[in-house]
Amino acid sequence: MSETVPIFEARELSRHFDVSRPALQRLLAREGRRTLRAVDGVSFAIPPGTTMSLVGESGCGKSTVARLAVGLYEPSAGQALFEGQDLGEARKSVAQRRRMQMIFQDPYASLNPRWRVADIIGEPIRAFGIANGGAALREKVGALLQQVGLSAADGSRFPHEFSGGQRQRISIARALSSNPEFLVCDEPTSALDVSVQAQILNLMKDLQRKLGLTYLFISHNLAVVRQVSDRVGVMYLGRIVESAPAETLFTTPRHPYTRALMEAIPDLDMAGKERQPVGGEVPSPINPPSGCTFNPRCPLANGRCRAERPALLAARGTPETLVACHAVEEGRDGFEGQRAAA
Amino acid sequence: MTSPLLEVRDLVVEFPTRRGTLRALDKVSFDIAPGEVLGVVGESGAGKSMTGAAIIGLLEPPGRVAGGSILLRGERIDNLPPREMRRIRGKRIGAIFQDPLTTLNPLYTVGRQLTETMQTHLDIDAAEARRRAVGWLEAVGIPAAAERVDAYPHQFSGGMRQRVVIALALCAEPEMVVADEPTTALDVSIQAQVIALLKRLTREKGTSVMLITHDMGVIAETADRVAVMYAGRVAEIGPVRSVVKAASHPYSAGLMASIPPLSHRVEHLPQIDGAMPRLTAIPQGCAYNPRCPHVFDRCKVERPELLPANETRAACWLFDSHAPRERAHV
Repeated sequence: MSETVPIFEARELSRHFDVSRPALQRLLAREGRRTLRAVDGVSFAIPPGTTMSLVGESGCGKSTVARLAVGLYEPSAGQALFEGQDLGEARKSVAQRRRMQMIFQDPYASLNPRWRVADIIGEPIRAFGIANGGAALREKVGALLQQVGLSAADGSRFPHEFSGGQRQRISIARALSSNPEFLVCDEPTSALDVSVQAQILNLMKDLQRKLGLTYLFISHNLAVVRQVSDRVGVMYLGRIVESAPAETLFTTPRHPYTRALMEAIPDLDMAGKERQPVGGEVPSPINPPSGCTFNPRCPLANGRCRAERPALLAARGTPETLVACHAVEEGRDGFEGQRAAA
Repeated sequence: MTSPLLEVRDLVVEFPTRRGTLRALDKVSFDIAPGEVLGVVGESGAGKSMTGAAIIGLLEPPGRVAGGSILLRGERIDNLPPREMRRIRGKRIGAIFQDPLTTLNPLYTVGRQLTETMQTHLDIDAAEARRRAVGWLEAVGIPAAAERVDAYPHQFSGGMRQRVVIALALCAEPEMVVADEPTTALDVSIQAQVIALLKRLTREKGTSVMLITHDMGVIAETADRVAVMYAGRVAEIGPVRSVVKAASHPYSAGLMASIPPLSHRVEHLPQIDGAMPRLTAIPQGCAYNPRCPHVFDRCKVERPELLPANETRAACWLFDSHAPRERAHV
């Protein structure tokens, strides 16, 4: 297991944004610079052929991680590695750059409305010099369209002639056109209706099986994440608070935030139980709470939680889970008691 | 059986365009009983928001009601002049929209918006209106309501703003509220808080709710009955448990099946192939027939009306007991 080099690895990866007001206003108001820590020391590794998902609410930094993972942002601190090589270095080589691609959330904004579909999909093939000559290019584009469930003839049409789900298929075909191995998918189904979402998720799973793709999957939807992931990281205010194999995370969530999130989702079982919504709101990432950033909303918070930032450690009871929580580390979360009772 | 609060009968909404008239709603009918929560679900473009807009008299021109009727306590409200409709909107039918920022006026304090609404519709003086405004902000869970009443919308977070919008919709004590995707713009943890709030307040006041959403989980937890819309028509309507757990119409059944479950992993999610037709190309007969796994000849020719189907009513020829079924089994 430890022999295989992960396709992608984040080591204490951080990205900070300067959100200060203009210099003159700062001077007049006598305030300093303000930094938004969108991603604050995130570490994870994705073995080849697997799917790692990041979930969290808006503003937790999951999309920033996605952009860091394909080099659209430079890290402020820490390191992003592509097959063990620094991502910045890897992206200088065309041969390496070809191997990573991204699928965006909004298939209405991510396709050029003035280009025909065949040109949209053919662009990366041309740019990377993968197919030589018009006939080879056309053939490759036709094959890609068929691979995502469209027909080769659709290449001569424009994006506006397609529905949202079909457009997302075109985005996937474009991402696949350079024969990548690593795909970063930022909320690929959030803009789609449920019945179409199922089509796209099934397509992505089929393609992973056929082509051996590795996914970094970003979503706010826990149910979707459960369907596609091998490993899941739960993010809160720029940090991973819990990371575990998907089954473990969903059957035995450990971090109080993960448990609250799952509790908050309305389910279709209609067991009739009254849910306990999580109190409070996500604090501002510009001025996050000290210690564990979840402490103002956490039922288990004590003095240590307010002072000391918890490290991501193997959890008592579920050693495959990494969790950043003092309560779990100290056994204050009542997990072992519940397990003994069960 | 009490008489319904709201009756929608064969409602047709049309949009004249250069290339001919588009029918956005085609003979939509349903009732809402006093105190009842009716969920309206469907995919984007199915006509659920359009139905809500027609009820509160806020169809975007050139859209217009071209047929059918909407009755509030037995009186028609779909053909009222704008002046009179304005007296009903806010007073008798409240509205909650998806984006609280567009609902609230950014230039007025939330207190002013609440007092203005109440003084327009209720016979109370300024002091009483202000007292009630603070009371409403407390009721929707705004901390330090007495001070926050003088704050502007931008000083509230998204979840708090949506709470203010709920207060605004309910403060004139309407008989029903049209809530169009009230939680879609919110994060899950906030969503649960807002839904719980809406449920509690409307139950306390006996307010009927038309809850429009694409989130089936929200419907399952909140609604008494649910209407499933497809291509501008009601495909199925019935008690929420029956529709969610044992839908009769092939479309509702497919829709429910395609929702990824949180409780377990499925290797291949059931999916409905194809997409909902555009308004310009609604197929003849049943609008769902090109995607339907149970389609037979009649579906392609004749449009089904809502027929009794198990515990619900479904617009599907499979449930026509008078005609011989052309497919032996379902």
